[in-house]
Amino acid sequence: MSIIFSTMSRLFFALMLIVSIYMLFRGHNEPGGGFVGGLIAALGFALLALAENVATARRALMVHPVALMGAGLLLAFASGLPGLLSDRSFLTHWWAEIGSLHLGTATTFDIGVYFVVIGGVLCLIFRLYEEVDQ
Amino acid sequence: MPDFLTQTALLWPLAIPLATAALCAALWSNAKAQRAANLAGLCLTLVASLVLLNSVMTEGIQVKQFGGWAPPFGISFVADQFSAAMVVISSILALAAGVFATADIRRRQERSGFYPLFQGLMVGVNGAFLTGDIFNLYVWFEVMLITTLGLITLDRTRAQLDGALKYAVLNLFSTILFLMAIGLLYGVTGTLNMADLAMILPNTEGSVALTVAAMMFLLAFGIKAGFFPMFFWLPASYHTATIIVSAVFAGLLTKVGVYACFRVFTLLFEVEDGGIRPLVAFFAAGTMVFGVFGAAIQWDVRRILSFHIISQIGYIMLGLAIATPLALAGAVFYIIHHIVVKANLFFVAGAIHRATGTFDLRKTGGLMKSSPLLAVLFLIPALSLAGIPPLSGFWAKFMVIDASFRGDAAWLGAVALFVGLLTVFSMSKIWIEAFWKDSPRKIVHVRAVPVAMLLPIAALGAITLAIGFNPEPLVAFSQLAAETMADQAQFIAAVFNERQIAGVQP
Repeated sequence: MSIIFSTMSRLFFALMLIVSIYMLFRGHNEPGGGFVGGLIAALGFALLALAENVATARRALMVHPVALMGAGLLLAFASGLPGLLSDRSFLTHWWAEIGSLHLGTATTFDIGVYFVVIGGVLCLIFRLYEEVDQ
Repeated sequence: MPDFLTQTALLWPLAIPLATAALCAALWSNAKAQRAANLAGLCLTLVASLVLLNSVMTEGIQVKQFGGWAPPFGISFVADQFSAAMVVISSILALAAGVFATADIRRRQERSGFYPLFQGLMVGVNGAFLTGDIFNLYVWFEVMLITTLGLITLDRTRAQLDGALKYAVLNLFSTILFLMAIGLLYGVTGTLNMADLAMILPNTEGSVALTVAAMMFLLAFGIKAGFFPMFFWLPASYHTATIIVSAVFAGLLTKVGVYACFRVFTLLFEVEDGGIRPLVAFFAAGTMVFGVFGAAIQWDVRRILSFHIISQIGYIMLGLAIATPLALAGAVFYIIHHIVVKANLFFVAGAIHRATGTFDLRKTGGLMKSSPLLAVLFLIPALSLAGIPPLSGFWAKFMVIDASFRGDAAWLGAVALFVGLLTVFSMSKIWIEAFWKDSPRKIVHVRAVPVAMLLPIAALGAITLAIGFNPEPLVAFSQLAAETMADQAQFIAAVFNERQIAGVQP
């Protein structure tokens, strides 16, 4: 790979992660959310895998993609549990207002989705890129 | 605490497998922890489903709105007797498969994600049984489809990829049909909640769109369930998977299609109108006959059993074709009996493979001498499948055939009796080849069958025997379930009178 691509990819990797997190939280009231954010983040890791190699991207991710998927699913699942306590209904979300800021368990659900999407997409992409490397 | 448990009973058979699937995936690198989490999750799911059945029996139909959104806007989850019983029986089967897996699953299969996929499949199956929203049913079908593909290709062999491809193409076609039918239905009625649909549809003028939608539902579920003209994907793919996966598929997947068929054609559409009855009757007869003929020429145990799934589905559809309360009760009884027996036969096939190293009947033999216990344990489900009294299959066949003679469909009853005879032929073929005859190979190397394999086989056999010798409670239960299933008013009332909860309102 050219040196320009590999240098720029590190810059874009960081940028994409930032944008993905912005997208994740923007999804609260506007277009965006965990799914789109997760896709952008996964794209960042995919770019890294393309510019360097899959091993570098795997190291950057730190955990196995499937484990990340499981953790995200657990988080999303756990976000539904508080509703059981308040009115015996799964996924009824809790809300807190701090000034103009609305915080809710729905955000936790979205973060869970974010991780599931990153894990799911990278599971596929890493495997495909490894085939190419071989 | 007990109060909390009964109020949320509907959630747990769904939530526990979901949490277990997530946990197993999160513990990706630790196979031992996954194994433990899997077994614990399966036990808890069984307990939860029994709690659900108990509260359905004591308090009637259970309804839950996820997220607290009122019907018909939110997604309803509904459990009546039929669906609660299906959840219980599938949890029993899943636990049996989990125990069997401790002896049979290989390290490589664990690394391919057996545990998360297996639990994911259970989420899909239980979700499909419990949902009260037709679009949500589609979502659960997709969940099942995705996990199924992962489970078939667990070993990554060429044969499995081939089987998975055949499975995927036809099942994707079926889900597309299903989705289009939902679209048409939504276009006509403007709602997707099953209870709401059941209220609106009788007052809707009959139209081409509705008839087409009904036909598409029948076709879509028919492909899933393995009806006569559309069944060829089933014997082409099931036998390629590892035996636990085959057993779970055989027990559950086709039955989810059958369940959906029953739900849609008792709640939303009537079998009487629109020429659906002769079509279902034709499907039922064809399914019975062709399934059993297909089995007759096979030599692979798994293929014989796969074809028998199809032929047995015909008996269940016979219940829907006649659609009298008696016939529906017979069908409910038949489904419960069949899930237990069919999965058990696949487990036995796995044990035969363990003992002799092959699934090909021509190469097996001598098992009666080397493992007499397995021989006895095979006879229970095999004779039950063929309908020999006093086993559970006899009562199941008796109820369905009795209903068909009383319901002016004597020819269907005659077909069913004839097919029963041919089933005996197939089962005795397995018996003669695998157990009775001497092993054709000179060096007999019969391996012992581990206890973890015999235990689930024996447990499921015990259930078959218990139903066989004391069918009265299950017959009474099936009649109750059939009555509730046919009574749309009860279903509608349960969904719309669910205690409204303060909080989020639409």
